[in-house]
Amino acid sequence: MKRILLSHGSGGKATASLIKDLMLEKFGNSILNELADSAILESTGKQKLCFTTDSFVVNPLFFKGGDIATLAVNGTVNDLAVMGARPLYLSCSFILEEGLEWNMLDRITTSMANAARKAKIQIVTGDTKVVEKGNADKMYINTSGIGLLQKGLIISKEVIKEGDKIIINGEIGAHGLAVMSKRENFKTNIKSDCAPLWDIINNMLSVGGVKFMRDPTRGGVATVLCEIAENSNIGIKIKEESLPIHENVLSFSEILGLDPLYIANEGKVITVVDKDKAKPMLSNMKQNVLGKESAVIGEITKGNKGKVLLETVIGGERIIDRLTGDQLPRIC
Amino acid sequence: MKYIKEYRNKDLALRLAGTINNYISEYKGKIFLMEVCGTHTHSIFYSGIMNLLSDKIEHLSGPGCPVCVTPNEYIDTAIAYSRLPDIIITTFGDMIKVPGSTSSLEKEKASGGKVKIVYSPLESLEIAQRTPEKKVVFLGVGFETTAPLVASTILTASDEKIKNFFVLSGHKLIPPAMTALLENEEIKIDGFICPGHVSAIIGEEPYKPIATEYGIPSVIIGFEPLDLLEGIEMLIKQITVGEKPKVENQYRRVVRKRGNIKALSLINKVFEAKDSTWRGLELLPKSGLYIKARYSQFDAEKQISVNIEKTKFHSKCICGKVLTGAKKPYDCTLYGKLCTPENPIGPCMVSSEGTCAAYYKFNKQ
Repeated sequence: MKRILLSHGSGGKATASLIKDLMLEKFGNSILNELADSAILESTGKQKLCFTTDSFVVNPLFFKGGDIATLAVNGTVNDLAVMGARPLYLSCSFILEEGLEWNMLDRITTSMANAARKAKIQIVTGDTKVVEKGNADKMYINTSGIGLLQKGLIISKEVIKEGDKIIINGEIGAHGLAVMSKRENFKTNIKSDCAPLWDIINNMLSVGGVKFMRDPTRGGVATVLCEIAENSNIGIKIKEESLPIHENVLSFSEILGLDPLYIANEGKVITVVDKDKAKPMLSNMKQNVLGKESAVIGEITKGNKGKVLLETVIGGERIIDRLTGDQLPRIC
Repeated sequence: MKYIKEYRNKDLALRLAGTINNYISEYKGKIFLMEVCGTHTHSIFYSGIMNLLSDKIEHLSGPGCPVCVTPNEYIDTAIAYSRLPDIIITTFGDMIKVPGSTSSLEKEKASGGKVKIVYSPLESLEIAQRTPEKKVVFLGVGFETTAPLVASTILTASDEKIKNFFVLSGHKLIPPAMTALLENEEIKIDGFICPGHVSAIIGEEPYKPIATEYGIPSVIIGFEPLDLLEGIEMLIKQITVGEKPKVENQYRRVVRKRGNIKALSLINKVFEAKDSTWRGLELLPKSGLYIKARYSQFDAEKQISVNIEKTKFHSKCICGKVLTGAKKPYDCTLYGKLCTPENPIGPCMVSSEGTCAAYYKFNKQ
């Protein structure tokens, strides 16, 4: 019997096939079929609306640099932001396990309120359900968000062309490893990058030349690059040496046999920008506290359509493909 | 301590590649280099070093991926255990996707089997202590590298009198597999890239017969791009200059001549070498590590009986041939079509150390 496996939730190929074979097959419509981070909705006003939703099932609930509450706020806020929408309102649903400590929920709601304030959004509706002990792992949170698409903005994969530059706003791989360290009790100083991106994105949009943005969460930078290459049918070349990766992330990944390119981030945005705007964009980004380590990591190429090629530090090459399941540590 | 970027220096890499290509420029014919370590397979693709080297060098991946060489019977036994109500299977992550005859641990997990991924065998011991009503079976798969850890876990379990911890030992020894490959006339090998991690445990000595009796240059090599290039330079020099074949050690910062004596003594205390079946190589004499009688209370095979389904193979899967370097992944009719990392038919498509998975991931046609 075919069953749902954990890999169906990892954001890689298995997730993609589940979405295509079940969700799109049954729910498909012109808005959903875009498979963007947020749906773009017509409105009677002058500006379009953006609408998105996300569920958070992280274990452990607390980790260095964040917790399930900051993830639930920033995850949804960032999905709006990368569409070029100013996040306005959030819904928040809790599924709680019977027996959860009151204090824990108190801490989480406090953290959530702080995160919302920081992201300049309001939580305007919500729901709580409690399930029997054992039927959930402490707490799951779902948030949906509504944002206002900024005027006259076209962010679309359609306009990506040869020579465009790919920029990221800082070091990669920290979030996934911070969560893993806490879960598996590894002693590291790696801290999640969880943060709301609207401020930096708003500034970036004022520079102009932005063609595409996405936050490399589950599946990491590699997965986003593969999506761009496949969906826009263009080639991408990135340089390993230009990838901002902190020494502690690099060493820890090496020890476990993980590739930082596939590790989740929660405060990063990958941007495809017109090559003429790359320089001013980079200096604009570096002025923001979330963009100090911004870097051009690659560019759009004519050849290798649909593929992502990485030039290794020693000058070799390898293809970057989507992940098929969760990254697993190797045996030897 | 810094230890990564220094071994990925582009200028030095290009210089080493230049030296290798110089050695080989006058050489007639191809040179077949085989590695027998999954991490080498991965590093070679990951770093892209082959792009820098003459195409006269042909890189073969040998039986170095632990889950790949583990025979179907072992996987089927683990699956059968996972179906027993009082068992928790603990395993390194790579194992869960490996297809057995009709299922995999990943699928059993989804249907309710208790399967838990651990990062160290000691974690299994903690699970055993936390759940005294269950039997915890650790899947001991791997080579000389993982065996000492498992041995030490068994000794800890013995000291702490833990009664619900067991090991299904599928450990294998690398040197017997290397000599078996050299006995196979279907396979052409001019030099061995000896495994860095395994050698850290066993040292240089066990490879001597490969160089002296079989006349095959062998170099113990590390995993960073500069390690690989320096080691390949040493191998190519032996091969092209026509020196007397010998065992050399490029990975001196980790591998000692006599290996890790403490780890070896742990292995010897708990395990004994017996004949063992390898996928692709069949039964090889004294090539598997089995738990000694003295510690048989921790031996899952001896302590927990289970009915195992009849082993089935996909008739077209050529993992066995791929594992010995006799065939390349793309020689398989299933490769990339029916057999993909999402739906692996053979084990070589599962682990990131597996040859087929590496070829697929890095898009080698």
